[in-house]
Amino acid sequence: MILRSALLGAAAVSALASAAFAERGADGNVNVLYWQAPSILNPYLSSGTKDVEASSLILEGMAGFNEKGEVIPRLAESIPTVENGGVSADLTQITWKLKPGLLWSDGTPVTSADAKFTYEYCTAPDGGCAQAARYEGIKSIETPDAQTVVITFEAPKPNPYQAFVGGTSPILQAAQFKDCMGAKAPECTKQNFGPIGTGPFMVTDFKVNDVVTLAANPNYRDPAKPAFATMTLKGGGDAQAAARAVMETGEFDYAWNTQINPEMQTQMAAGGKGVFVNGFGTLVERIEMNMTDPDPALPEGERSTTKHPHPILSDAKVRQALSMAIDRQTLVDVGYGTAGRPTCNLVPAPELYASDNTGCLTQDMEGAKKLLDEAGWKVGADGIREKDGKKLKLLYQTSVNPVRQDFQALVKGWWNELGVEVELKQVDASVFFGGDPGSPDTFQKFYADVEMYANNFDGTDPEPYLAQYLCDKIPGPENQWQGENINRFCDPAYDALVKEMAATADLAKRGELAKKMNDMLTKDSFTVVALVDRGRLSAASNTLGGVVLNTWDTELWNAQDWYRVK
Amino acid sequence: MTDAATIQPPRSQWADVWSQFRSHKGAMLGLFVLSLLVAFVFIGPLIWRVDPTYVNPDAAKMIMSRNKPPTLDHPLGTDQLGRDMLARMMSGGRVSLAVGTVAMVLSMVIGSFVGLMAGFYRRLDGPLMRLTDMFLALPLLPLLLVLMMLFRDALASSLGPEAGTFLLIVMAIGVTSWMHAARIVRGQVLAIKEREFVLAARSIGVPSRRIILRHIMPNVISSVMVAATLGIAGAIITESVLSFLGLGFPPDFPTWGRLLYDGVEYMQLYPSRVVFPGLAISLTVLSVNYIGDGLRDALDPRIRGR
Amino acid sequence: MLTYTIRRLLLAIPTLLLISLVIFLLVDLAPGSPMSEIPLTVPPEVRLKMIQAMGADQPVFVRYLLWLKQFFIVEPSYIIDGWFGTNLGGDQQRILSWQSRAPVFDVIGQRLPQTLTVVGTAYLVGILIALPIGIYSAYRQYSWFDQLGTFFAMVGYSVPTFFTGVLFIVIFSVNLHWFPSIYDTTLKVTDWASFWKQVHQMALPVMVLALFNAAEISRYTRSSMLENLGQDYARTARAKGMSERTVVLKHVLRNSMIPVVTIIALGMPAVFGGAIITEQVFKVNGIGAALIGAIHANDLPMVQTLTFIFAVLIVLFNLIADILYGILDPRIRYD
Repeated sequence: MILRSALLGAAAVSALASAAFAERGADGNVNVLYWQAPSILNPYLSSGTKDVEASSLILEGMAGFNEKGEVIPRLAESIPTVENGGVSADLTQITWKLKPGLLWSDGTPVTSADAKFTYEYCTAPDGGCAQAARYEGIKSIETPDAQTVVITFEAPKPNPYQAFVGGTSPILQAAQFKDCMGAKAPECTKQNFGPIGTGPFMVTDFKVNDVVTLAANPNYRDPAKPAFATMTLKGGGDAQAAARAVMETGEFDYAWNTQINPEMQTQMAAGGKGVFVNGFGTLVERIEMNMTDPDPALPEGERSTTKHPHPILSDAKVRQALSMAIDRQTLVDVGYGTAGRPTCNLVPAPELYASDNTGCLTQDMEGAKKLLDEAGWKVGADGIREKDGKKLKLLYQTSVNPVRQDFQALVKGWWNELGVEVELKQVDASVFFGGDPGSPDTFQKFYADVEMYANNFDGTDPEPYLAQYLCDKIPGPENQWQGENINRFCDPAYDALVKEMAATADLAKRGELAKKMNDMLTKDSFTVVALVDRGRLSAASNTLGGVVLNTWDTELWNAQDWYRVK
Repeated sequence: MTDAATIQPPRSQWADVWSQFRSHKGAMLGLFVLSLLVAFVFIGPLIWRVDPTYVNPDAAKMIMSRNKPPTLDHPLGTDQLGRDMLARMMSGGRVSLAVGTVAMVLSMVIGSFVGLMAGFYRRLDGPLMRLTDMFLALPLLPLLLVLMMLFRDALASSLGPEAGTFLLIVMAIGVTSWMHAARIVRGQVLAIKEREFVLAARSIGVPSRRIILRHIMPNVISSVMVAATLGIAGAIITESVLSFLGLGFPPDFPTWGRLLYDGVEYMQLYPSRVVFPGLAISLTVLSVNYIGDGLRDALDPRIRGR
Repeated sequence: MLTYTIRRLLLAIPTLLLISLVIFLLVDLAPGSPMSEIPLTVPPEVRLKMIQAMGADQPVFVRYLLWLKQFFIVEPSYIIDGWFGTNLGGDQQRILSWQSRAPVFDVIGQRLPQTLTVVGTAYLVGILIALPIGIYSAYRQYSWFDQLGTFFAMVGYSVPTFFTGVLFIVIFSVNLHWFPSIYDTTLKVTDWASFWKQVHQMALPVMVLALFNAAEISRYTRSSMLENLGQDYARTARAKGMSERTVVLKHVLRNSMIPVVTIIALGMPAVFGGAIITEQVFKVNGIGAALIGAIHANDLPMVQTLTFIFAVLIVLFNLIADILYGILDPRIRYD
């Protein structure tokens, strides 16, 4: 890491000193490996993060996020705020101004009409736009002149940086996509595979789920960038193979999401061909407690619904004891190494919203046992606790993933020590996260007592994320199990806080509210037992300069600044 | 052979087979190795009483005991969570051997039966072979997912989670791997049933059932043997893939295939993690293969006479 | 034989239709949804809209009939358009993948070359190694050559490709730097240098697959040869004074080929189908990788189309095998 910072320092210096001499395309080809290959280059029809990241090389929005989570201008001249008048005082309007003289890669000018078109494209009925949430709450978009975009919201929007901000909502070229509205969107294969953009690169060839070949955009706004003339973005394999290709064989310059076990990280880093870069965002691996009864003996349609509270986990003391028995540092050491750190919070970042709750970080086995005794669960003859003839037995499910299986084994060991019998279950990730209402194994159905997975929120504002725990977002048969309140947590006081936050604009106050809600879910009720704050871990070759890992936007956010270290 | 001392009775066919089998060095060696493996997984745990899924709840001790090389405490070392590899190999082998054998037998029985019927009875040939084509064409993964979804809970509640999972896995592997055997057997039956001895048997009025059992079966047995040996390896590996996909045994339940799968990640750092399970699988397959060779020679009267 | 072939071909049509229906129902029934790779940050309402836009919420039989129409009418007319420049397809909807929104046949077209080169070469190499080994080990049963062949074949078969693939990468790519670990699908063979590069990048996946294929085929060849070497006709042929070469390579080999032909024919569709694990380990990204990716993403049109094409190939190659039986052994008759 020290070497990396030194390189970055050097990069910053040279960027300042030699920007005038740098030449576009002087550094030849750069090889990037995404082990999950991109399947489409239009983020509005994407089927995953990989597509959004790959298309961020080509398409850009008004603004993006930097590695600190600050909003930075891309196509916009500057960031509109209340102070500079870009955002109206009542928070119902935001005005973006495009940089002058911007060109698409085909040489035509970028205008405000393109932004307006993009909004219409994503909100057209039957289009199935994957990023529709970014354009929610917009009443209208006005284009008073070719450079200005005025967005009017239906209600005050404390966080107006959603539409056209970040890799998930870039601006499309109206001329190219004009025939692809609504139901026609998926049929425009040529456009979806080769969008015309303003980013540093443009597509020359795209093989679905295999490889994207890109060339430097001749009309990119900074004439000296990008330093690379071409880029190859290859997909396939797994995280370990990807790390190996950068760190051991040196075939590739950059590999995305090389989440491998800490020992392999150390061993590969010793290879000396590259370094691992990491950064922390909001992704938290957690154990979710089921507040409702998943007993298979219940009739179908009543399992894991609010009709039946959980016979064991409804008691907050039991939940707390289960959390206290976990040694989070050990989990990090075994599973993530430098790419993780223990946390007790559901919202671990940004600083403004992160609670100072650290009470869970030290394991307290004795305290946990005492709590269970207090709750009336006494150790039985076979070492398993029981209460009123009922055994303390939990079914613990998660998706298939080597790290998660190690976590399961470790947590099972600790809970066994408490006198809790644990049955483990693993479900194929495509089923677990698929949300198919016909399958009993989805994480929404939650036919288990506890389950483990990771979740995060988009951008830097946790409001929609915390609003997932509203009473009316509980999944159940009546909404085809599509709610986001996985734990079936329900507290009127919490609902009131969510409402309050939606009407609060003052940042400090929002932070306070977010912390309060975070604490209600974690340290007050132990409904969500946060385990590990998971960072992003990618591998970069020593010969690739300018890499800055960004966890708030796409990882390829600054590919225009990459260069070859000579 | 017990009453051989009194009068010399004509040696039974099976005694003949056994003596021929014993003279086959490879087969005897295979039998010996396989018995060792079986003893290792079934008797071993009685001597080596370590829980294969035990993870030290004391985090500091757990961290200390991870990825140990072989020592006296852990003759095969420990894995990434400090679990004893010897105990894991034993309990994993029990599952793998059982799954491998039962699934193989199941797929051989289905395969040979379908093959014999299709090859022998012309009327059945079309329907049965089209059925085989269909099974060959079905995508394995969705098929298994559907099987698991439909039957897992039902079986688990009636037989208990472990027996239910075992039965389901064995059935799933058996049901999806009989087609090669069926096609091979059918191909050979088609040729054999036109041979002179079958025609002769038919012409003197031997019933079809007897023709199949006495005249045709012995002539296809060698191919079935090959399919069976390859089938054991296939079943053990398929089980590991199933577990890996979350369709098999619970995640902390070791099997040889799974140990090998997990070990691949650690191959460069701790080669022993892949060497032991890999060796165990290969030894099983090799010994079954030699036993198969010996059995075939012993069952073939032409060779037995030599 | 000709009438038999024609009858079988005609019979194949209803069979294939039935198979396609079974596959469709099976894939549809399997748990999972096309939304599994969409980040959890996308809210449920948006997911619902996306599913509607894909048409995935339509009843099963409606989607099946649509797929039938697209597969048998729309796609062939597009192919004809491509050849003759006609416009039969018009603007009819082709089979679109849910994952990439690209026509499924375009994706297959992109992927077929690497699958055919890598898996096809591996299969060919496998057969070319396996036949001589199988024949010679049977001829010299229990010789050191036979023992060695048996040993390697069984080890080769019992060690899965997910292990050998990674092992070969560690040895040959990481430590020796002889071969690349990643297959470059954009490489075009134009001259000797690029041809050499192609051979280089094919070496590892071909080695892994050929080892596996050779193991199976050589075992069947050996056992079948053994069976036939002891037959009366072999003795008769020898007694007539024929050379060993003729006896073994003409008479015995020909009669031993039935199980071998069966196994080779069963393996042929896999040459088109690709090798799922090996393709993934070496990032060949052929048809096998496309299928497994589509299954994981629940991309029903892709899975359905690919598996149906395999079904056609399986039926076809099994028919070829049946015809070959008749040629190898004229006593076999189907009529």
